[in-house]
Amino acid sequence: MKINTQKLGRYLPLYLMFLPGALYLVINNYLPMSGLVVAFKDYTVREGLFGSPWNGLKNFEFLFRTPDAWVITRNTILYNLAFIVVNNLLGIIFAIFICDLANKRLKKVYQSAILFPYLMSTVIVGYIVFAFLSPSSGMINNGILKPLGFNEVNWYFEAGYWWVIIVFVNTWKGIGYGCLIYVSSINGIDPEHYEAADLDGASKWRQIRHITLPSVTPTIITLVLLAIGKVFYSDFGLFYQVPRDSGVLYSTTNVIDTYVYRGLMKQGNIGMSAAAGFYQSVCGFVLVLTANFIVSKINKENALF
Amino acid sequence: MKKRSRLFNTLANTVMMTWTLLIVLPFLLIFLSSITDETTLVVQGYSYFPQKLSLDSYKYILRSSNTIVKAYGVSIFVTGIGTAINLLLSTLMAYSLSVKDLPGKQVMSFFVFFTMLFNGGIVPSYLIWTYIFNIKDTVWAQLLPNLLMSAWNIMLMRTYFTTSIPDGIYEAAELDGASRLTIFLKVVLPLGKPIIVTMGTFAGLAYWNDWTNGLYFIVKRTDLYNIQNLLNQMVSNIQYLVKAESSYVSGAAVSIPSTAIQMTIAFIAILPIMLIFPMFQKYYAKGITLGGIKG
Repeated sequence: MKINTQKLGRYLPLYLMFLPGALYLVINNYLPMSGLVVAFKDYTVREGLFGSPWNGLKNFEFLFRTPDAWVITRNTILYNLAFIVVNNLLGIIFAIFICDLANKRLKKVYQSAILFPYLMSTVIVGYIVFAFLSPSSGMINNGILKPLGFNEVNWYFEAGYWWVIIVFVNTWKGIGYGCLIYVSSINGIDPEHYEAADLDGASKWRQIRHITLPSVTPTIITLVLLAIGKVFYSDFGLFYQVPRDSGVLYSTTNVIDTYVYRGLMKQGNIGMSAAAGFYQSVCGFVLVLTANFIVSKINKENALF
Repeated sequence: MKKRSRLFNTLANTVMMTWTLLIVLPFLLIFLSSITDETTLVVQGYSYFPQKLSLDSYKYILRSSNTIVKAYGVSIFVTGIGTAINLLLSTLMAYSLSVKDLPGKQVMSFFVFFTMLFNGGIVPSYLIWTYIFNIKDTVWAQLLPNLLMSAWNIMLMRTYFTTSIPDGIYEAAELDGASRLTIFLKVVLPLGKPIIVTMGTFAGLAYWNDWTNGLYFIVKRTDLYNIQNLLNQMVSNIQYLVKAESSYVSGAAVSIPSTAIQMTIAFIAILPIMLIFPMFQKYYAKGITLGGIKG
């Protein structure tokens, strides 16, 4: 008995410290998980999330009968794959460049510069893009195309350009993240390897191929796999703010996240929106588990669990 | 050999310099547009060489703009309070999970960790916050959903508390008869400062940049808009500010330099990040490397 109270006294404060955070997770994360049932319901505000009648798979039938289901899945996955390739490729190249510089000051300037846009909200990024793409007063039409005698482009009405624009903006904003990880990974390589290679007269390119790249391979694999685990999700702001929610562009800018938002807030089509959200959550979950399983097979230390 | 590596060095410098310009120039354009005369902006368009500069938009904001000042205030308030609560909840939770012999720790860790793998998504989340907790059009809408705590940060903090603070210090404190709270206050907080500051920068930035909570939950009470919500609103409705301001400004025919003002608001929303960037960068970059390849 005495031991028990002693034990309780020893650990009780810790449980109390855990509690407030846990409560928040219950409200913010676990309740919505249970709320996923709404995808199988005919939701009405009056009857509420848990009181509305079940309607089986109807919401999913409606969702997958529309062409939207295919478009948003295709867009979400293809964009993510493009982001993975471009961000990692450029990230490594930039990291190699940065690490190669002897000038500490320049190194710092470059590292700061690539990180800076990463800290901006997508609303701000949307404004910056608009300053360039605005049809009447944007830098590109007004400052470049017109003076050179080209026809102006109505950027916010031409869906075809947005594949490129979105990928570019995502790189511009996000490259700093992966690049900094690669920089720290390259900095961790034993300099003796390079010194030995120098003595052997190995060219820069050979050094990169035989020393740098093999050393950062585990980092590449981890980052890529973790990103693959997230291909069903996208940065809502990038696809909503940057194209200014322009309806004409939906064929190339609509992704699952924007579709769910519009269904929920604009069209009041909660059933379909919930079905798309459920589809995203479940596919996302399966992919994260799979990706992590592979990471842990390759390198246990880098796995999430 | 030396020559070849100099060639590579030049290539590296050229590429990185170009990319740096590609980043700096757009921000410069935002700033220049904010100090460009409204008519020039309309006629000449966004330009690096505006024909006429003017501080009208800044003067306008200082003189009469309740809407903008208020939104800025909301941003500052929410970021401050939100970050403080976030850090309080996170450090307490991370500390409890860092105590080695705590019974039930496995289950508790999994409880936190699982939220990183699976989530209910926006629809249930929206319905629950709106219809069960009634946060719509209250200041809670800016504070509570999603931003108050992140499982990821807790995992990083816990790792730091267990690996970077030596076991011996915890043991010595316990031998001295220090309570858990004393240990938390006197050992964990001071020694964990690097990770706490790092996680604080993450949380603070997330609050400052957030516009989705406002998008979902602030519908009627536009006085609860933060600076990002205001910018977002002005995208879809360029006349928004004119309407919002007409209740403050007497003589409805006041002309508002609307394009220049948009850029000015964007610029003053970037400004705080720019100002604390040097201090910020150190911690933020550290957090990224910690988190990217898990701590």
